[in-house]
Amino acid sequence: MATTTQERRVTPVHDLRSSRRRAVTEQMTRAVLLIATALSVIVLATLLIDILRDGAGRLSLDFLTSYVSRFPEETGIRAGLTGTLSLMALVALMTFPIGVAGAMYLEEFAPDNRFTRLLEANINNLAGVPSVIYGLLGLSVFVYILGFGRSLLSGALTLTLLVLPVIIVAAREALRSVPREIRDGGLALGATPLQVAARQTLPAAMPGILTGMILSLSRAIGETAPILVAGAIAFRRADNEPWYPLEAYTAIPIHIFDFVKRPQQEFQIEVASAAIIVLLALLLLMNSGAIVLRNRYSRNR
Amino acid sequence: MNQRTSAQLAEAPATGQEKAGRSVVFDVRDVSVHYGSAPALVDVSLQIRRREITAFIGPSGCGKSTFIRCFNRTNDLIPSARVTGTIEYHDQDLYAKDVDPVEVRRRIGMVFQKPNPFPKSIYDNITFGPKVNGMKVDLDEVVETSLKRAALWDEVKNKLKDSAYSLSGGQQQRLCIARALAVDPEVILMDEPCSALDPIATSKIEDLMRQLEDDYTIVIVTHNMQQAARVSDRTAFFTAEVESDHGDHRFGRLVEYGDTATMFSNPTDRRTEDYISGRFG
Repeated sequence: MATTTQERRVTPVHDLRSSRRRAVTEQMTRAVLLIATALSVIVLATLLIDILRDGAGRLSLDFLTSYVSRFPEETGIRAGLTGTLSLMALVALMTFPIGVAGAMYLEEFAPDNRFTRLLEANINNLAGVPSVIYGLLGLSVFVYILGFGRSLLSGALTLTLLVLPVIIVAAREALRSVPREIRDGGLALGATPLQVAARQTLPAAMPGILTGMILSLSRAIGETAPILVAGAIAFRRADNEPWYPLEAYTAIPIHIFDFVKRPQQEFQIEVASAAIIVLLALLLLMNSGAIVLRNRYSRNR
Repeated sequence: MNQRTSAQLAEAPATGQEKAGRSVVFDVRDVSVHYGSAPALVDVSLQIRRREITAFIGPSGCGKSTFIRCFNRTNDLIPSARVTGTIEYHDQDLYAKDVDPVEVRRRIGMVFQKPNPFPKSIYDNITFGPKVNGMKVDLDEVVETSLKRAALWDEVKNKLKDSAYSLSGGQQQRLCIARALAVDPEVILMDEPCSALDPIATSKIEDLMRQLEDDYTIVIVTHNMQQAARVSDRTAFFTAEVESDHGDHRFGRLVEYGDTATMFSNPTDRRTEDYISGRFG
């Protein structure tokens, strides 16, 4: 024992300069991380700049308020814009209550048994199913079996199925992050588990739930495949907008898909880019809405 | 069923008082608690009397927190926990099949180790209890009287709408006590209520406990022997024993229970003497 203590090599006390090798490793790791971050930002920036350059010239109020036309200079995306907005409103209306209720059941009330675990596994897997599959499901169930036809309602229900698992997962995460002590405190006052969940846990989790909700809606807003399969039509040049859920509809992604397929270069590049800009602006608007809502709820605590 | 249960519980104090001169609130007989198959606390019997402060002391792992959680059936919330033996609250078995734990918790309040106010305003923290219990009361009045009883009113009366999180730790703990008082319980359980607080905040809570003693029955778990000596009328000393069957698992046992003054000056058990004189624990 005594000898090992004597033989032990001790770092010289007088040398406090930084080790060259450690400094190099440090610098290199930092560079690699920076490149990885920069790569994704550069790709996004290139995309944005390219689209803005191509499409900005086409943007005007007329572009938003006119229907699709054969002529690139006259065409607009009014039908798609209103379609997308009403689609999102319907999806939000349906997913919020169902998603929150589902998450609350699983997180607060479900007994820990095989059935619950089966449910959980199912929901997690559903969140990863390719969106076109939901389109096929929507086509057979909503369009044909339930007879809603190629309508706004069919599209909204299809997208609801698509985002519901994602919302449930996000809402569960938010509920789980509410400290155990809050629930204990509520129960100790003689509140029932339901009262605690509804009046303490849920409000405390609301910022997280809303964020998850809007982020999954912004995923749904760009989805083309499922609503294309489930009956969104490329042209909607009716004089009236789809005010009724059972009317035919179209959406911005469908417009973009349609523009790109057309033979004229103006449609393929300029008009499609302009429509993409509108879609991106909507996305940005929704995401900033999420931030505003989250801040407002957080301030109240 | 619930209605019958609450009627029984409400009538209980009168009969309890007739039976014993100085009435017994809790009569605990042979209570053991297991988590899964591992025991946490074994064979505890004691009585807790009305309008007294009873302290549970002992080294960590002695099951004192587990024990206090039996009194308002908080252990029910842990799926693996199992309570055996009987705990009678005014002659009524707390663990009888037809007793609703929610009704129990309305009468037996609890204050936790770490202050746990709701992420809401001071006002809403107090009114939550009366609201969920459907109490027909003037909420403003309840807020004022509860905060006054908890000796917090003067500090917060001008900012009732502020977030409870803006208060200091000691104030938050007094808010939690005020919140418990707002539902008018008979008993207040306190699970190491001062362990997260500084000495000044601690002494405020201790003063408060002595004031509350006139109207409430208080049970407190503390790892601070001086605190038990300062505030309590009776003290129960628990010890941790090691059981090798479950891989040196520790479980608790009641060693001695009695009048606090006597116990601290003249303990009957050697282990109590060692603990309170600071020789272990």
